[in-house]
Amino acid sequence: MKPPKFEYHAPTSLDEALAALGRYGGDAKVLAGGQSLMPLLNFRLARPAALVDLNRIASLAYIREENGQVRFGAMTRQRTIEFSPVVAQRVPLLKEATRWVGHLPIRTRGTIGGSIAHADPSAEYPAVLAALDGEVVARGAKGERVIRAADLFQTYLTTNLASDEILTEVRLPAMPAGAGYALEEFARRHGDFAIVGIAAMVVREGQRCKLARLATAGAGPVPVRLRAAEEILERQGLGEAAIEAAARKATELVDPDADIHASADYRRHLTGVLTKRALTRAIGVARG
Amino acid sequence: MVTVRLKVNGVAHEGRCEPRKLLVDFIREDLGLTGTHVGCEHGICGACTITFNGEAARSCIMLAVQADGAELATVEGLMRDGKLHPLQEAFREHHGLQCGFCTPGMLMTALDFLRTNPSPSDREIREGISAVLCRCTGYQGIVNAVRAAAPILASER
Repeated sequence: MKPPKFEYHAPTSLDEALAALGRYGGDAKVLAGGQSLMPLLNFRLARPAALVDLNRIASLAYIREENGQVRFGAMTRQRTIEFSPVVAQRVPLLKEATRWVGHLPIRTRGTIGGSIAHADPSAEYPAVLAALDGEVVARGAKGERVIRAADLFQTYLTTNLASDEILTEVRLPAMPAGAGYALEEFARRHGDFAIVGIAAMVVREGQRCKLARLATAGAGPVPVRLRAAEEILERQGLGEAAIEAAARKATELVDPDADIHASADYRRHLTGVLTKRALTRAIGVARG
Repeated sequence: MVTVRLKVNGVAHEGRCEPRKLLVDFIREDLGLTGTHVGCEHGICGACTITFNGEAARSCIMLAVQADGAELATVEGLMRDGKLHPLQEAFREHHGLQCGFCTPGMLMTALDFLRTNPSPSDREIREGISAVLCRCTGYQGIVNAVRAAAPILASER
């Protein structure tokens, strides 16, 4: 189908964008890469009074290191992230996740800020943000605030961004040197949204596990940090028994819903299987 | 109504349309370039893939107004001096198409894929073209065509 009528704004600065957004009192939608919003408009599932298109705000696309974090302008394209040497070096988990985001012609348009603000629980970037304990910066009429991943995602397609706020930056803590990482995902077709995905990071210290991070995609209404499973590894190390125990614990920590793609039980089962695979591969990476 | 000025296949165009007009409809209806096909209209099938400032993008989930000032390439721009582009030649040689509906999208996707990955493995080719759905060929011919075209395009760089 074709989109319904809307007023269209293509500001060239963030201040203009915020002013435009403010005029519609919640009836406007922010257009980033459009790879999720445009289909919703075409289906007429979304009927905003106006679109505020961020694509002409050049200052919203950058990747830079600051304060031990890698900071991404919200309009940084996924394809840019895929080829970024800074990402490959400092947050390789994000690079790995990017391979799973849609397809090539989606990643040329899709953005990191859009993917996270859209908050599809099956998407890869929200899972990475949760796994790495990242944060986002939101700008509104009242100023700027920083929101931690744990506070950002509320439920399906819903964040705690206010309707007059724009997500401007995504911050990921640089991964410790030598950290192992993996993103394992099951989808019917490569590039489709995950039925379940698991993002993992481990930091080794000899046989000990100094730090473990696990987060889900597709296993509930928001990305889930599997803290109790991480603790098993941090207590018991990275042997096979600990991996098994962590994977079992992971299945207890999620509360997936059923939909046309998969039953809740199947998603729970996949959570365990993929946790084990992701950890095994992450540990292999950490061993170098 | 908005004015859209852009270049398609190196030729400057100007048109006026509603802001809600999809880029693919603008290309087909306003510019008369019907080589780009409209399939699913929600960014799944890939038939409408063009290149936007050099990168493959789906024109059914972009607005025409967003292309103001941009340079596009469509399947019509592939031929050179009345001869098929080497990628098109490879599709013909290796039976990379039957009905041809997905072919413009396949070609424009493969073009950007080979630009960024000049000597891909078969697995990477399959992953690369997974962006476009074909209901005829079973994909094997398409994979063969992309594999065959890769060294030819790489040598032209």
